[in-house]
Amino acid sequence: MATAEVHVHTPITQPTKKKSVIWDWMTTVDHKKIGILYGVTALFFFIVAGIEATLIRIQLAKPENAFLGPDVYNQIFTMHGTTMIFLVGMPMAVAMFNYIVPLQIGARDVAFPRLNALSYWIFLFGAIFMNFSFLLGAAPNGGWFGYAPLTSTQYGPGLNIDFWALGLQALGVASIMGGVNFVTTIIQLRAPGMRLMRMPLFTWMTLFTSFLLITALPVFAVALFLVTFDRFWATNFFVMQSGGDPMVWQHLFWMFGHPEVYILILPAFGIVSEIIPTFSRKPLFGYAVMVYSGALIALIGWGVWAHHMFASGMGPIADAFFTISTMIIAIPTGVKIFNWIATMWGGRIQFSTAMLHAVGMLITFTIGGVSGVMHATSPHDLQQTDTYFVVAHFHYVLIGGLILAIFGGLYFWFPKLTGRMMNERLGKWQFWIYFIGFNVTFMPQHWIGLLGMPRRIFTYSADLNLASLNMLSTVGVFIQIAGVAMLAGNIIWSARRGRVASENPWNAATLEWATTSPPAEHNFNQIPTVHSREPMWVEADQVRASTLGPMEPHMHMPPNSYWPIFTAVGVVATFILFMTNIWWMPLVGLVWTVIGAINWAYEPV
Amino acid sequence: MGVGVWGVRSGQTIHKELILATAAVEHHHPVHPPTATGLNTWKVGFWVFMGSETLFFGSLISIYLVYKGTSVVGPYPSDVFDIPLTTVSTFVLLMSSLAVVLALDFLRAGRRNLALFWTMMIIVLGATFLGFQAYEFTHFYHVGLTLSTNLFGSTFFVLTGFHGAHVTIGVIWLLILWVDMFRGKLRPENSLRLEIAGLYWHFVDIVWIAIFTLIYLME
Amino acid sequence: MAESHAILDEHGHSHDEEHHVGWKKYAVIGLVLAIITGVEVAIFYVDALAPVLVPALLVLSAAKFFLVVQYYMHLKMDHPIFGRVFWAPLFLAVLVVIGMVILFKILPTYGVFS
Repeated sequence: MATAEVHVHTPITQPTKKKSVIWDWMTTVDHKKIGILYGVTALFFFIVAGIEATLIRIQLAKPENAFLGPDVYNQIFTMHGTTMIFLVGMPMAVAMFNYIVPLQIGARDVAFPRLNALSYWIFLFGAIFMNFSFLLGAAPNGGWFGYAPLTSTQYGPGLNIDFWALGLQALGVASIMGGVNFVTTIIQLRAPGMRLMRMPLFTWMTLFTSFLLITALPVFAVALFLVTFDRFWATNFFVMQSGGDPMVWQHLFWMFGHPEVYILILPAFGIVSEIIPTFSRKPLFGYAVMVYSGALIALIGWGVWAHHMFASGMGPIADAFFTISTMIIAIPTGVKIFNWIATMWGGRIQFSTAMLHAVGMLITFTIGGVSGVMHATSPHDLQQTDTYFVVAHFHYVLIGGLILAIFGGLYFWFPKLTGRMMNERLGKWQFWIYFIGFNVTFMPQHWIGLLGMPRRIFTYSADLNLASLNMLSTVGVFIQIAGVAMLAGNIIWSARRGRVASENPWNAATLEWATTSPPAEHNFNQIPTVHSREPMWVEADQVRASTLGPMEPHMHMPPNSYWPIFTAVGVVATFILFMTNIWWMPLVGLVWTVIGAINWAYEPV
Repeated sequence: MGVGVWGVRSGQTIHKELILATAAVEHHHPVHPPTATGLNTWKVGFWVFMGSETLFFGSLISIYLVYKGTSVVGPYPSDVFDIPLTTVSTFVLLMSSLAVVLALDFLRAGRRNLALFWTMMIIVLGATFLGFQAYEFTHFYHVGLTLSTNLFGSTFFVLTGFHGAHVTIGVIWLLILWVDMFRGKLRPENSLRLEIAGLYWHFVDIVWIAIFTLIYLME
Repeated sequence: MAESHAILDEHGHSHDEEHHVGWKKYAVIGLVLAIITGVEVAIFYVDALAPVLVPALLVLSAAKFFLVVQYYMHLKMDHPIFGRVFWAPLFLAVLVVIGMVILFKILPTYGVFS
């Protein structure tokens, strides 16, 4: 494009000394760099969790296999679930929030750039801490939902559960701060003219996800504190001899855990809602309804938690209530599916790799949604609960929903991140291979589950006649690995050799495409004024005149800061130091945190 | 790997220096873009954070209520609660909220001495409340109620302990602000700093309003 | 109250009238808060009121809660967005408490658990 060379300015001052690149990344407060940090970290843990999944499937490939013992198997499946949810799904979504949302709303950064950096560093240190447990042979082994009393000192001696409870506590702190940051960013930093009902759907879904983060994570924080105090300070919350009730943990956990499901899937809805209109060359069908259905999902998502607990004997009243509320939430979700289909209807559809992933997501997510409605019915669920049917269900909604959307989003936004296009030919091969591998892995698990194979058991008897279906499922994993390897290769190759991207290579409608690829530190030379939902379709020239035009004279960007990473050390240390079993040791981390916070507060920005 | 792959972006460092240099000209009053709502971003963020905190304390309170009356050994609430004493400490905390609004009002009106006085009153009343709590905790300890005695002890100490920790943070925060006010760094123009600390203080107060009723009076 | 004119604000106004109204209102609200607390404790000690203890206390403490939030925290006068980001999570927090109490304290009394 003609405007690609706008920032030709003579520097007023040359940088006096060249700062270390690593130090620059450690102290950065730029939402784009933090987004990339989140993304790279999440991709790394995606590979870690993938290795764990492969180990699980090798163990289950044939009956009575002795590849992993029961003890290691417990650790591996616990860490696979925990990693995929907290170290892959959430940070992948947060990576995209970070990179895309400020650009989409026409802002220069998030509302609290240093808090944003703090969130990332707490997340990273917490993730490393939790995975460090592998080196001690004591990885968490109570399942990702850590049901009491498996997490008690009586049934869970050793450090395993300590790593889990304390590590997740740190990650939760990071998520709450991220949620506060994004709610505030979206309320406060929208460009002139961008009323709420002009915001891109991805921004809306970020808002709802952030709302769920700030409401659901505190409940989880409390639940984890109770476990932590039970383990270290001999409280009685889940000690049955003292009257403690494991059901309290289950309710608290799922009160967080079900909104968490929507925390994972709403960003995927947002990504798909950006990709499908772009490649259908049509505005999103039923924009307002899409917004309201997202809000309804976030709200009703708070009232369905106990459908995870139908087998726990809550009684008919509670079972009936949660059956009905769960079925109701299928309605706004179905509305979204139909609206995406209606958006494609009559459009000039271009099947780019991103679009393939979005359409693939619609199919697999719908399959997962249908099996979800099946076990929303509590009598039905009693048959399915804790079997591979449930495993198949949530992999269809999380891998088939979230991960496919994330991959699609990666192809879609990669040119914006790097200034280079990803390879479309390789991308399409990757999509089909991954998509086939995914279905080969998880489709048989529906039958495996209905035929009676329980989840979380390290092996099964040959008499069950499940060997061939299990082997098929394991073969699927290796097909998926081929797909992921192609994706990784595509990322690395394209970042160096990919075709150079213009500002708006897909001719998409939203503001992130109004600036250079990649955007400059300050995102936009001047903040544009928007008058429509699709500024780059309706008023592109006017918008570009601002975003790529002359530089705003008195621009202030926050400088780098090392206080976020300093403070993050204190926050994570506070939790880690519980493991010393000396009651005042966590206070050391707390004092460190306070020192960081005070210096932070007085740092000039 | 991260840095290498994404190295495409490193050319922008110079660009950033340029922006900072431009900003340096206006160093005393950096131009912050007006917000979409016209409101202060810190204040919006802080209200969002307090919304999040309601869920934290809501969960703790629900744990207390769920486990109420399920302790298998004593002491039980009716054995240890001293309602007159707690009424006094509740009154102290309520009055500290009054001190907050007065301090903020006087700071905004430019009446430094009165603002200093009322800010100190918040700190004193807050510290008094903490003193009552420390007395209560040690008293309970002496009659044999600890974190690990029974479910009442576990739920009570964790709930009121987290509340007390919040009060402690508030006292430290206000002490810092008082020193700044004394040194003339907290003035009517940046009274927002006191306003936000005040919001936090009121929030801690309303949590106590709930705790006093649900835990002490409904034993 | 001692009048102190130590510092006027940057523009030289002293906001006398404005703040005069402010502290009186705040003091009245403080008095009301203290009285409600007194009434709460009184209800607690009067045995005849035992049947209405729980609803009365809930109403009175909710009143205190609203007074502090609406007037001391200025939600009544401030921009509505502050209220939205606070009341929405608070609504969920109340649902959490009510939900847990129903699940653990009320449903079991119907004998549907056994």
